[in-house]
Amino acid sequence: MAFDTQTRGDEPHGKTHATAHGAAPGHRSGMVRDLPMERVSAKPAFLRGFIPTVQDVWAYRELLGQLVRKELKIKYKDSVLGFFWTLLRPLLMLLVYSIAIGTFLGNSKNIPEFGVFLYTGLLAWALFTDIIGGCTGTIISNAGLVKKVYFPRELFPLSVVGAAFINFLLQFVVLIGAYVVTWHPPTFSTDLLLVPLAVLVMVFFAFALGLVLGAVNVYLRDVEYLVEVTLLLWFWMTPIVYDWTKVHNKMVCQGGNSLAAVRGLQGYNHLPPIGSVKSENACYITDNHLIHVFQIYLANPMANVVLAFQRALWPGGRTEKGSPFYYSGDLFIRLGVLLGVCVVLVWIAQRIFARAQGNFAQEL
Amino acid sequence: MPPGRSVAGSPTVIRINDVSKRFKIYKDKSLKERVVNFRRSRDHAEDFWALRNVSAEVGAGETLGLIGANGSGKSTLLKIIGGILTPSEGFVERRGRLAALLELGAGFHGDLTGRENVYLNASILGLTTKQIDRYFDEIVDFSGIEEFIDTQVKFYSSGMYVRLAFAVAVHVDPEILLVDEVLAVGDEPYQRKCMDKIKQFQREGRTIVFVTHGLDQVRQLCDRVIMLDHGDVKVNGTPIDAIRAFRDQYDEQELADSQLLEEHGRLECLSPIRILDLNGNPTTRFRPGDGLAIEYDVRSHKPTDDWDAGVQITNHLDLTVYGVNTRLMDITLPPIDGRRTIRYAFDGIPMVEGQYFITVAVHPRVGPEYHRIDRGASFKVYSDTEDDGVIYMRPKFDLLPD
Repeated sequence: MAFDTQTRGDEPHGKTHATAHGAAPGHRSGMVRDLPMERVSAKPAFLRGFIPTVQDVWAYRELLGQLVRKELKIKYKDSVLGFFWTLLRPLLMLLVYSIAIGTFLGNSKNIPEFGVFLYTGLLAWALFTDIIGGCTGTIISNAGLVKKVYFPRELFPLSVVGAAFINFLLQFVVLIGAYVVTWHPPTFSTDLLLVPLAVLVMVFFAFALGLVLGAVNVYLRDVEYLVEVTLLLWFWMTPIVYDWTKVHNKMVCQGGNSLAAVRGLQGYNHLPPIGSVKSENACYITDNHLIHVFQIYLANPMANVVLAFQRALWPGGRTEKGSPFYYSGDLFIRLGVLLGVCVVLVWIAQRIFARAQGNFAQEL
Repeated sequence: MPPGRSVAGSPTVIRINDVSKRFKIYKDKSLKERVVNFRRSRDHAEDFWALRNVSAEVGAGETLGLIGANGSGKSTLLKIIGGILTPSEGFVERRGRLAALLELGAGFHGDLTGRENVYLNASILGLTTKQIDRYFDEIVDFSGIEEFIDTQVKFYSSGMYVRLAFAVAVHVDPEILLVDEVLAVGDEPYQRKCMDKIKQFQREGRTIVFVTHGLDQVRQLCDRVIMLDHGDVKVNGTPIDAIRAFRDQYDEQELADSQLLEEHGRLECLSPIRILDLNGNPTTRFRPGDGLAIEYDVRSHKPTDDWDAGVQITNHLDLTVYGVNTRLMDITLPPIDGRRTIRYAFDGIPMVEGQYFITVAVHPRVGPEYHRIDRGASFKVYSDTEDDGVIYMRPKFDLLPD
């Protein structure tokens, strides 16, 4: 019936647009003709599919910038101190730990520039937890967008990484402030190159974990709480508020030299230098099976990152008193290997994420 | 298909290929529940097919409407086209840039100012920062809320919020536009603005797919309509065909509902309401201008002289097309004791094509009515022409010479 009317050309008012502007569509459809036909949300092949996603994310880089800006802006919106909270949080932790562990437990007596020592570790740790914690909740907290708009979902965790990194840079300023106050900047050496390398390792590692956790959290809300607890454990598994030699002494020297270990707990003043290159001298027992456990402890990527931070950014480690606590193993190689592993982890994590993301909109 | 917008030979922009979507409905969500119910969790999952084997193609410059009752799968299909949901089976192909207006201001964050939200939301919809810079004044101008642009949007009224969101949305420049009932909100001027913008998009040859409950919009805007019913494509054809099928479906339900009749008061209207032509033959099909008679019986439980009888004709939107009763006609009815038949005869019903419903009621001269039968019967008006509105009044058309 509709055709009758149209051939007579007496269309009702509502459709006059159609007749009046007939020429335009040809123009636009001509342009469309040149575009490729693309499969929408095709099931991703497990092995391939990473590169296209990277290209996709790159195409949306401006949106990523906007999302990072949003993350930063809303975090401390309506708070009087605003961005100062970014600095206050690690400073407060610094204060607590330096009193509790430095003064009460007496570590500050042994470790020179204990404040800077603590802060370098806390700095790295804050970036790590910001990324992991943020990524875990990001898909859920952006449910409104996930359900209503399409863009690569990887942008959500990536925006968390971006925002966390900017916070990290701000917190770095505090460290520079500390150098000015103590008038003792870190030595200018190749060790400084450990910092960008360690940051890269940490960002890749945290991003890989964050991708998987964020995706799984959509299906199992328990993940969020699990992450909280695990991070707490992880914090104490990482030599941030204590020095790595404590673990080393306890594990490697325990069998044959329990006296040293016991005394080690009380303080290092009475002991010959342990750790770094001189550790063999201090540790007479080497065929202890616990040495493997120590290797596992050191395999923790965050331990490597923190040790690298301490080595590069803690000038106290260069003093004679500080040298026992300064890890002189080959961090460049360790971090290089970790970087390679973490890149592979990111790839695997992204593939898992890609598999999971198809159902995000309906699970939220 | 309207002339000039012919899409014959125009390239296919969206191809929906045998798409099905299954939702699994789990009743447990936490780890504990899943572990505890691990064995049974498979049984606890219920399958729900939101879409079944849907295939369709949309050509460049075409406007496709998706209609259907709530839960028929319209929005699911739209989200699959938009890539927000993944189909369980089948696939969708498309070309060109796509913008989905599934919800105005979906990307708005209450804690950000209007300005910040414009930038965020526009980039979510696919504009580059450069483009946003260029359009920014225009967007603010269109929204009409210059004064508040640096205020956080959580302080906006809902009207301001929607206006700003819409202003952003219409400035995106997509090949394909998906619209989900966005047009159904806001006040009248706003709705008109939306309509104008959609029509402009059509003139520019963009492909539009939209979900709506407003059949008027379907008539006005669509080249083709797909009607879905519980995930199946019921109709894929002209707007007229689809609207007809849609109304038929509604019709069955309406009549079923009206069977619940209450018995109270002194008088009662009796079902069925009879619809006749002027010769007294029952029919439910009319043409604009045909004569129509409505008859129904009234029964009294107690004799009374305080009564009036009325009739009302409504259209599918529940808009009263005409209503009258004996009091309004200045007719005094004789006392009733027992059963009487009421007849209203119309010489002509100048109404446009569509489905119409009849409500009858008896009531006292003053006070609450005795009884009514809501939408107790329906009839259809068919016309050879396509018209908009309610009253059929075909004008003569002349193009006056210069």
